[in-house]
Amino acid sequence: MPVAYFLVLSALLFSIGVYGVLARQHAVLVLLSVELMLNAANINLVAFSAMLGEAGVPGQVFALFVIAVAAAEVGVGLAIVILIYRNRRSVDIDEMSLMKW
Amino acid sequence: MAAAVIALPLAGAAFLLFFGKRMSKASAYIASGAIALSFLSGLILFFRMLGEPGEERSFVMKVYDWVNVGGIHGNGELLLDPLSIVMVLVVTGVGTLIHVYSIGYMEGDPRYSRFFAYLNLFCAAMLILVLADNLLLLFVGWEGVGLCSYLLIGFWFEREVAAGAAKKAFIVNRIGDFSFLLGIFLIADEIGSLSVTEINAGAATMGTTLATVGALLLFGGATGKSAQIPLYVWLPDAMEGPTPVSALIHAATMVTAGVYVVVRFSPLFVAGGTTALTVVAWIGALTALWAALMAAFEYDIKRVLAYSTISQLGYMFIASGVAGYSIGIFHLVTHAFFKALLFLGAGAVMHALAGETDMRKMGGLRRAMPVVGLTFAAGWLAISGIFPFAGFWSKDAILAVAWEQGEYALWALGLLTAALTAFYMSRMYFRVFEGDLEVPEGIHVHDAPRTMAVALVSLGALSVVGGFFNLPGVLTLEHFLAPVLGEPEVPHGVIAWALAGAALVVAFAGIFVARALYLQPEGDARRERLEKTAPWFVGAARSKFYVDEFYGRAIVAPGKAFAGFCADIFDKRVLDGLVNGVAWVVNGVSSKGRHVQTGYVRNYAVIFLLGVVVIASFMFLRVGV
Amino acid sequence: MGLNTPEIELLGIAPEIALVVGALFILIVDAIIGEGGNKWHLWILSTIALGVSIFLAVQAWGSNELQMGDMIAVDGFAAFVKITLAVFALLTVWLSRSYLHRDGIEESEFYGLLLFAVAGMMLMASAADLIMVFLALETFSLALYVLVGFRRTSLTGQESAMKYFLLGAFSSTFLLLGIAFVYGAIGSTQMYGSSAAGAGAQGIATALVSLPAGEFTLLVIATGLLVVGLGFKVAAVPFHMWTPDAYQGAPSPVTGFMAAATKLAGFAALIRLLDAILFPLRGDWRPLVIGIAVLTMVVGSVLAVVQEDLKRLLAYSSIAHAGFVFTGIIASNDRGVSGSLFYLATYGITVLGAFAVIAVLGGRDERRTTVDDFRGLFYESPLLAGALTLFLLSLAGVPATVGFVGKLVVFGAAVEAGYSWLVVVGVLASAVAAFFYLKVLVVMYMQERQEGAEPATSGYGGLATGVIGLAALATVALGLYWSPLIDFAERATFFFSAGG
Repeated sequence: MPVAYFLVLSALLFSIGVYGVLARQHAVLVLLSVELMLNAANINLVAFSAMLGEAGVPGQVFALFVIAVAAAEVGVGLAIVILIYRNRRSVDIDEMSLMKW
Repeated sequence: MAAAVIALPLAGAAFLLFFGKRMSKASAYIASGAIALSFLSGLILFFRMLGEPGEERSFVMKVYDWVNVGGIHGNGELLLDPLSIVMVLVVTGVGTLIHVYSIGYMEGDPRYSRFFAYLNLFCAAMLILVLADNLLLLFVGWEGVGLCSYLLIGFWFEREVAAGAAKKAFIVNRIGDFSFLLGIFLIADEIGSLSVTEINAGAATMGTTLATVGALLLFGGATGKSAQIPLYVWLPDAMEGPTPVSALIHAATMVTAGVYVVVRFSPLFVAGGTTALTVVAWIGALTALWAALMAAFEYDIKRVLAYSTISQLGYMFIASGVAGYSIGIFHLVTHAFFKALLFLGAGAVMHALAGETDMRKMGGLRRAMPVVGLTFAAGWLAISGIFPFAGFWSKDAILAVAWEQGEYALWALGLLTAALTAFYMSRMYFRVFEGDLEVPEGIHVHDAPRTMAVALVSLGALSVVGGFFNLPGVLTLEHFLAPVLGEPEVPHGVIAWALAGAALVVAFAGIFVARALYLQPEGDARRERLEKTAPWFVGAARSKFYVDEFYGRAIVAPGKAFAGFCADIFDKRVLDGLVNGVAWVVNGVSSKGRHVQTGYVRNYAVIFLLGVVVIASFMFLRVGV
Repeated sequence: MGLNTPEIELLGIAPEIALVVGALFILIVDAIIGEGGNKWHLWILSTIALGVSIFLAVQAWGSNELQMGDMIAVDGFAAFVKITLAVFALLTVWLSRSYLHRDGIEESEFYGLLLFAVAGMMLMASAADLIMVFLALETFSLALYVLVGFRRTSLTGQESAMKYFLLGAFSSTFLLLGIAFVYGAIGSTQMYGSSAAGAGAQGIATALVSLPAGEFTLLVIATGLLVVGLGFKVAAVPFHMWTPDAYQGAPSPVTGFMAAATKLAGFAALIRLLDAILFPLRGDWRPLVIGIAVLTMVVGSVLAVVQEDLKRLLAYSSIAHAGFVFTGIIASNDRGVSGSLFYLATYGITVLGAFAVIAVLGGRDERRTTVDDFRGLFYESPLLAGALTLFLLSLAGVPATVGFVGKLVVFGAAVEAGYSWLVVVGVLASAVAAFFYLKVLVVMYMQERQEGAEPATSGYGGLATGVIGLAALATVALGLYWSPLIDFAERATFFFSAGG
């Protein structure tokens, strides 16, 4: 299959992620959307890696790295979400505007 | 060590400015100690230098790596050579004596410690000026002494005259500084260096015209600091400052900065051919005569001394202009001794007479205050050029060099001035110290207190023997300065004796005329008759030849009008409006713009995304997909 | 497929290793010692770890090689940044000790995270592979997200952590996408070509030489995305929106650390990428960066004018300062690089000092951080007011402070490169900026203290005072005698190059 297919898929996934970040009010859903974007980039990496054939091993390794980083990110993110939930009983990010201007 | 010379008074000044208030009396001793130690360091340096052979007596030492950006090298480098060490010794030596004198003189002043802080600060700035091997640093010192002078002239700023005099001194000097700064720029641009040594080494490559222009621009600055025509007008007014200040700054040291600069950059002046030097010599000679004329008609004791300072500075410029640089420095040194002495003596008189400065109200004080009278007499004879007092040697040397160079007109002007000098100084001495005792009512005259007497006696001794520093064949200052300044050409044989004799004769003539007019009982009648022969001249001289009025009408008034226009119309309406308008707009934009920061994280993401989209589109356009 | 085990040389990342080991050690020791006590061991251990790290970073000075399978560049540039980062961290640790102790939230995690963050930032400076850049960036970002929210009971603290985290995660996806594009464009993510012969020897630098000009399309677009991702970390407009909120809500020592160190780390990667690796593509990235620089300078300076909260005001000022650093990058000559490094190092010290003063004066829970709270400060604690004055004057770029020198060198570099108009914009922005710094000074000196206001200083350790003193000393000393640091920065402008 041509690489372009994967790139289109990746682009779609990335856009969905961006939409999610912009449109969702629930912190966890925003977090999920960010994960979508990361995975879209991952698809890119893997697709290019496959395109390069034998020389493309690093791309796959990097995809694994990114997955690990994403996991850590979710860990920290959820911790912050929980912290906020304990204080406010809500994780609506639109309610967080104490600091502005 | 050289850095310590500067650092000591600087530290003293800083210390006193911060903590002076808490230690009123001690501050005087701290300041005097600082400057005395500085003098000591100078002496050590001097003797160490004497240990070196003549050619190796110049050091450049890098103290401080200051500005070193983009090809401009403004390093904190000090130049220690025979010339600068002589200046250092004069500044710190005379400075120390005047500090000591001030301990008594300024007693009871509410800003006692502040005064000593300024004095120390002044000394530090002056030392920076004379030790700098870098025009930038030199300029720092130059402006530093200007600033201290301003602060000290206006030290009693409650008095409107004093504040006005300070302002006048500052502004007139600023005109000179402008010329000086232009000179620095021109030289830096041409030579590509700011180092004094490199400028002097490279002066010959500059081309005659440029060197002349550069030299004259520097001299323009010198006329401001050293009170020469046309910028001398500030110095007489500067006498509003405390008398020790007049002695230290406006007689012994700061005003010699201009002479020092001319001498220091003598290769530059020489590189310009004869033009620059001729201008220097003639300005000097004319100033000398002009100021002596005004001194002869002045009644304020300090102002007479001020005019005499201007006149003597003129002599130093004559010497420099006829290439007798070391002679100029010699006169600078002796003048520092006797002029400081005369000022301090005048200060002692004022101290005794509750601030009276009009010599018409004085008389016969020698018997009432013998120490002051005796030392003042030494100063009087020294400045009049009577053998063997200090002034005789240096003044005679200047006239001799002028003669040797074939500048007979300059010599004649100098001789005439010498006669006038002897006349007005004798007039002053006879009026104040001889004749019948005459003091303002209700004042008990007392001799100088101890600290003041110490300074007076030391300076008096120096005024007597100061000339021997350059006694031919014995201790020659000329020879010491020769590695830097070259040996001046002096006449020898009969001519030398004849010239010295002529100088002595006119000096005595001046004294006798003064005696006839002021000391002898028939003097009053004679004076009246004399004044009737040319009343317009007397009137003009008493009014300082209307120079201040002329400057007032021709320069200050139009300037003020223009400044008024700028301030009232241009500044207030246009500039202020512009500035306020800009501030208003910025404030407005800022108040509106801050609302973009809504506090909602999703809005932030939207703006972020907008940025990404713009950047991505821009990149796409660039690569032309 | 040949699998080469990379040669493992540890000198290149020894400073980072020291920090990570130190951080783990701190966490373990604290777990053993347990609750209670004075907790003085935390800051002592952190200091030791940072000291060792500085020592090791100095050892690498003068090296010029790629290590760890060409992932790490060991060069003068990296060494300068690492040493500077460790110094920032040292000041932060000492300040934090006072701060955390006073507020009763001193925990080992704070120090551990701080050291992890510094390790990540250091990696950023010597990253020679884009994946390394990404990993380093995530390492320090994750640590910072937590540090920003370290005042767990404070609503603003949580909020700022949340905002910083969400936007940070969002932005790093763009960075990753950019890296993926680079990978697609040249089949590698290495910056330099491999030193080992054979497959995968391609790097961005070698590709720019070997590939024909038309092949750069994807690389150029990727460059844009890289600038976005890194621009977020240095608070470049329009990716700056998180900055004021995060700076305001974070504990003051952390804010100071972010302003100083995060900016340095982000710019280190940007400088290496733009001025060294992508230098041949400067025709493409320059207009972009110029746009960002102008926006950053202007928006930062203008929006700071109406701020009432001092931390927020300094946040906007830090945005403006990022713009000034960009002018050095745009010059992309040696003086520009060394100037940017100098600027970042000195700005860091100054801004750390400023936040140290705020940390001390803010009082427990940072109740008093508005400009109005500093009213008449001079009459109550003249020394703190004097120090803050110094820092603000330096930030405004007044001569005789180091901020003036910094502006002089970056602007000088930009003029040298022919961007005088950019310097004009910069100077105008500084003029606007001077206005709000002066506003703070006026409040401190010319206004009376409010009746019944709390005393300005309540319970802070000598360490914080020491930090303020050191920063003030550096601000003045370097402002008068800057050549050593400039020399150091100039000698740090050599990047790894295959020729040696």
